[in-house]
Formats: sequence, structure tokens, C-alpha cells
Amino acid sequence: MTAAKVVEPVAGAAPRTLRVALVGNPNSGKTAMFNALTGSRQKVANYAGVTVERKEGHLMGPDGRRISILDLPGTYSLRARSPDEVITRDVVLGRLISEPAPDVVVLVADATNLRLVLRLGLEMKAVGIPAVVALNMIDIAERQGLDIDVDRLSRELAMPIIGTVATRRRGMQDLVLLIEERAAASAGAAPSAWREPSAIELRALHREAERIHKACVKPPKRPDTFTGRLDDVLLHPVAGILVLLGVLFLMFQAVFAWAAPLMDLSNSGFEALSAWVGTLLPEGILKSLISDGIIAGVGSVVVFLPQIVILFLFIILLEDFGYMARAAFLLDKIMGGAGLHGRAFIPLLSSFACAIPGIMATRVIDNKHDRLTTILVAPLMTCSARIPVYTLIISAFIPRQQVMGFLNLQGLVFFGLYAAGLVSALTVAFVVRKIFWRSDAEPFLMELPAYKTPDPLNVLRNVLQRAQIFLQRAGTTILSMMILIWFLCAFPGAPSGATRPAIDYSFAGMIGHAIEPVLGPVGFNWQMSVALIPGMAAREVAVGALGTVYSISGDNTSLLGASLAHQWSLASALAFLAWYVFAPQCASTLAVVKRETNSWRWPIIMFLYMTALAYVAAFIVYRIAVAFGAG
Amino acid sequence: MDSVRRAADLDLELTPQPVSPAPTSLANGRRGFVGRISTVGAETAAAGGLAAPELERRLLEMGFVEGARVEIIHEGFIGKDPICVRLDDMRVAVRRRDVRGIMVQAGEP
Repeated sequence: MTAAKVVEPVAGAAPRTLRVALVGNPNSGKTAMFNALTGSRQKVANYAGVTVERKEGHLMGPDGRRISILDLPGTYSLRARSPDEVITRDVVLGRLISEPAPDVVVLVADATNLRLVLRLGLEMKAVGIPAVVALNMIDIAERQGLDIDVDRLSRELAMPIIGTVATRRRGMQDLVLLIEERAAASAGAAPSAWREPSAIELRALHREAERIHKACVKPPKRPDTFTGRLDDVLLHPVAGILVLLGVLFLMFQAVFAWAAPLMDLSNSGFEALSAWVGTLLPEGILKSLISDGIIAGVGSVVVFLPQIVILFLFIILLEDFGYMARAAFLLDKIMGGAGLHGRAFIPLLSSFACAIPGIMATRVIDNKHDRLTTILVAPLMTCSARIPVYTLIISAFIPRQQVMGFLNLQGLVFFGLYAAGLVSALTVAFVVRKIFWRSDAEPFLMELPAYKTPDPLNVLRNVLQRAQIFLQRAGTTILSMMILIWFLCAFPGAPSGATRPAIDYSFAGMIGHAIEPVLGPVGFNWQMSVALIPGMAAREVAVGALGTVYSISGDNTSLLGASLAHQWSLASALAFLAWYVFAPQCASTLAVVKRETNSWRWPIIMFLYMTALAYVAAFIVYRIAVAFGAG
Repeated sequence: MDSVRRAADLDLELTPQPVSPAPTSLANGRRGFVGRISTVGAETAAAGGLAAPELERRLLEMGFVEGARVEIIHEGFIGKDPICVRLDDMRVAVRRRDVRGIMVQAGEP
């Protein structure tokens, strides 16, 4: 306890903050309990050096003592199997240097599904961790007529027990009182050493848990048959797949189409703001910084919010309802073929709209390597920002003719680009799995929880939390990258009497000219090379950037297309398309990967491998096209 | 596992009356397959996969222990894999290759 004093110096007579950690099996309603206890007084960060999210909140006890609550990742055992579970174990055992041992651990147990949590409780009892048990979802247990001998259970586990309904905030005050009592009773007690149980010890623990379960829990009088009946449909080989396709289609539609008006609104709002600010400020560098740098930069962050909010609304609803585990079950075989987890389907599908929400959605995948593989390939899915680039080039270079009587050649090329993105994503995932993380094929071992009605308040809170995390963590990185790109494009300004477009004199122009010899072999001229630099802001910006370097004012893309058709060879245009299938040009994606993996390592790897693929693809396409006389 | 199977065979030869079939692997069960787990072991998958002792412990932690009642209630639509198992009063999804070492005494217990 001396360590605690160092961390939290006692000010005056005020008692030290009481540290509480929530532990429990997945699907035990732990996060709902965290929300019920702490309300909006939460903050989300990362544990030092790992990608595991650290969620902490606080509340005031009845006597005015501050109680901090730590929501630990769900686990079945102290024997950790993933980075998340390592955190849970180390915090509970007081092994983490950055995190003093909690004064009290709350074991959150699903009252209707006690078997596995009993073993976790026994593990904690053996180590002597001061704990209380929150018998959560007690209302559902009551409805099922489940008879739990709480007194006996409490004696067996040597832990006080209280029934709670976290989603309705039932039992929260009593739980806080119980926590305070437990803390007072155990002050100064240190947990004893823990070591990993062997298979034999696990069996013994399980037998003990089984004995307690038999003695304390009578089978429900009205067992839940709803989940079983719903599963008969949702896991059915035909009906289940149809429902899944319907759900995915709806989600895809929502992220793609419903978000669009909001994104347009955000875009035009920021454009108007930028124009309005422009009228207030005198012409010059300050005006450019504020309207083209900062306002446009903030706009490029905010524009992602509609998709993120809509996608996470779906994900959290499906997760809370219990469907996410079913979707993973149905998709495991398909995704497993490419070395991906069943749950990777949702992030990858979302990446068709935009890789940003897609990469954020990889949080649904628990295993670290499965998650990293999914993050790495997500930007290969054809996102909506590539559409303006594809449209510009295709309409300028691909003739509007029929193929085989009924297929439109332009449409065919468009489809081909989409297919190329999908195939390359699955191929890269397969290669990454086979080459780098070969020995780490995780077993697919997942509980399918009982279906539950999602709690609207809980869903709303979790969705807003995702939006807030994006704005705070990724948003700041995106904004600074946008300002950097603005700086590169605006400095130094064009000399007086300049004949070429201003960007050509800027740092971006210099970089473009410098990389032109490298890009020459893939058929890129200097204008294309220069356009890639501001295009780092987002893929669709390349269209505007091409307009800038060809001195075509406004948003006249048909004029730009005509100009390109005039100045580029077909081979160069095709190479440009091939480049954009793989193009790493999206600062926001790199920023979000940095945020999600908590290190610059993965965004750098992503940038390098995508650039390499883009270069190779453009090179091959250009050379083949030239060989066929399209140079 | 071999020794268990042999013991069961031996048992069959000695006591011919109540025919209790030898335990079969959960991995080979079809939908509707019911029984009690007689042994939990793990075989290391041919290509990659966890070491057998680790897989065994994970199976145990998920509740796949000797004596538990299992019933295959759903099968995946490609190759009937993965499977959804009713394990006592829980539902657990697993791939067939991960439960090859779980031997089940078939029949309604």
C-alpha cells in the first residue's frame, strides 16, 4: 500500500481514492455495469506500450470518498491468452508497474450463466484477492425462475455477493456500499503469489466449480428457449446466410448511402466557413493557413464522423444483441480461408465505404495478429474516395462501348478495379498469415451468448465514446498531417511573373519533380508525380490536385478529363488506375492505424508495402500497355 | 487417448450385454450428436495451430471437461464446419479440427 501513497498523495484529511477493477467473462454485462457506475465520468486511453484500451471512470462514494473504476478486458481465466487478458491478469494481481493493484475487484457474473465465472472466482479466491461478486442480469435469472442459493455461494467463494441489473442501474448503490465495506475489511492484505494452473489443476478447479454450481444453482423453471429458437433460424445453413447477407447489406447501405448527405453537409459547411473566413481576412499567407490549412483540415476530420457513428451504431447494436458472435460463426470458414477471423468481415466490408471506420471496427477482433492482419489489408478494399479518381480516368480514357453485346466497357473496368482491390486484400492477408504469423493460428473457440435486448442508453454512450476517441486521438494526428500537406503545397509561394501554377514552385512541386525519375518507368509524368503529394491528404484530392497542376480552375472535371485525354497516353492512364488500386495516399488512414496500433511501426509498414504494390502494379500495367501499342 | 480407446474395446469384449459403443471424437459428430465427454485431449493441428497442451487448457477453460454433456446443435454451411455445441447449458462455437481430441461417449446421458 505504500506504492499507492506515492501515486496518490493524501491531501489533508481527505481519504485516498478507492481503486476498484471490474473483472468478468465476456458478455457478462461488465461494460454496462461500468457505465451504470460511472455515467459520463469516463476516460479512455491505452495501457503503456500495448494496444489494449484502458477505460477508467470515477464516482463519489456516499461518504464523499472518490472511487475510481477500471473496466478490465473480459476473460475466462487469470491464465491470459491474449494481450487484453494479460492486462486483466496483471492488474488484478498488481503486477503492472503503471497500475497499482486495485483495493477491491468486482467479479461481474452473468447470473444466468455461472459455470465458467465460478472457476474464475475460485482462481481469485486462491490468490486472496479482495473481491465482491455482482450477480448481474438477476432480473433475467428471476424471470427464468432460476434458484440461486446466494448465501451458500458467498460462503463457497468467500466473497460477498449482490444481485444487480446494470442496464437498469439496479443494485448500484448497494454494490458501492459493499465495495467500501470490503475495502475496509481487507486494508493492507496483499494477494499471494499466483502461477499458471496446469491442465490437471484446471480440471480440479472445474470440478470444484461444478460442485458449487450443483449445490447452489437449481436449474431454471422456465429456461430461455428464445435463444435456441432464434438460433435455429439465424444459424441455419440457408436462412442464416440470407439473414446475414441482409444485415450486411443494410449496414453497407447505411455506411455508404445514409452517411453521404451528412458528409456532403459537413463538406459544404466547412467550405462555406472557409469562404466566409476568406472574405474577412486580407489576401496572404494567414488567410491561406486559416482557410485552406486549419478549417479545411478540421473539415477533413469531421467528414468521417457520420460513417463512424453509423457503423458503430450497427456494430454495438449487433454486439449487444448477441448477433456478432453468430456472424463470426457463419463467416469463419470463408474468412478463415484467407487466414482471417470470421469477425474480420465487418471491418473489411466497412472499408468499401472508408478504411477509417473499417480500421476502427477491427476492435471486434480479439486476437492481436488477426486484428493486425485485418488492419493491414483494410485500405486495399476499394474505398469511396477512390471513386472520383476512377471516374475521372475511366471517363477520359475508356471508350463508352459495349462488350459482348451487353456489358459496358467502362463499367467493366470499374468492376475490375473493385475486384482487384478485394482479391489483393485477401491475397495479402493470406500471405501475411502464412509468412509472418504462421505458428500463431488461433483456435476458434467462442461462446455464443444468449440474445438480449440492447439498452439504448448504453448503445448511445458507447457510440459517442467511439466518436470522441476518433476526434481526440486520430483527429489531432489527421489535422496536423493536413496542415503539413498544406504547408508543403503553399510554400514557397510562386515568384512574381510566374508562368506555371503556384504548386509547381512549392515544396510539393519540388518533391514531385524529385520523385519523377523514380515514377518515370511506370509512365507517370511530372504533373502526376506532383499531384501525388497533395493527394496524400485523401485519395480523391488527387483529382483536384491534377486540376491545379494543369491550371484548370474550379471543379470542372469534364474539362480536366478532356485535358488529360489529350496529354496522357492510355498506358499512363491505366498505370495511374493500377496505382490507385493500391495507393497509400491517405494520411487519415495512416493516422488511424497509428492510433489503433499505438505505434508508428504499423502505419510505416502499411505505407511501404502499399507503395511497393502500387509501383509494381503500375509498372506491369504500363509495360504491358506499351507493349500493346498504347504508349 | 489410445489407451482409453483400447480400454473401451477391451471392455466391450469382456461385457457383451449392454453395448456401450467406443467413444468417438466430437470432431466427427453430425448435427444432433449427443453424448458425454469421456476424455479431453488435444492434437496439434498439422499446419500451424497451438501446441497440444495449450489447446487442451483452452478447451478446459471453455468448459470442455470430462463428464460434460455435449450436443452438436448447428453446423456451418461450408464443409459443416465450424460447429455450434451445446455444452451443459452454454452454446460454444468451435472448429472441428480444434476438438479432434475430445472423445465423447455417444448417447443421451
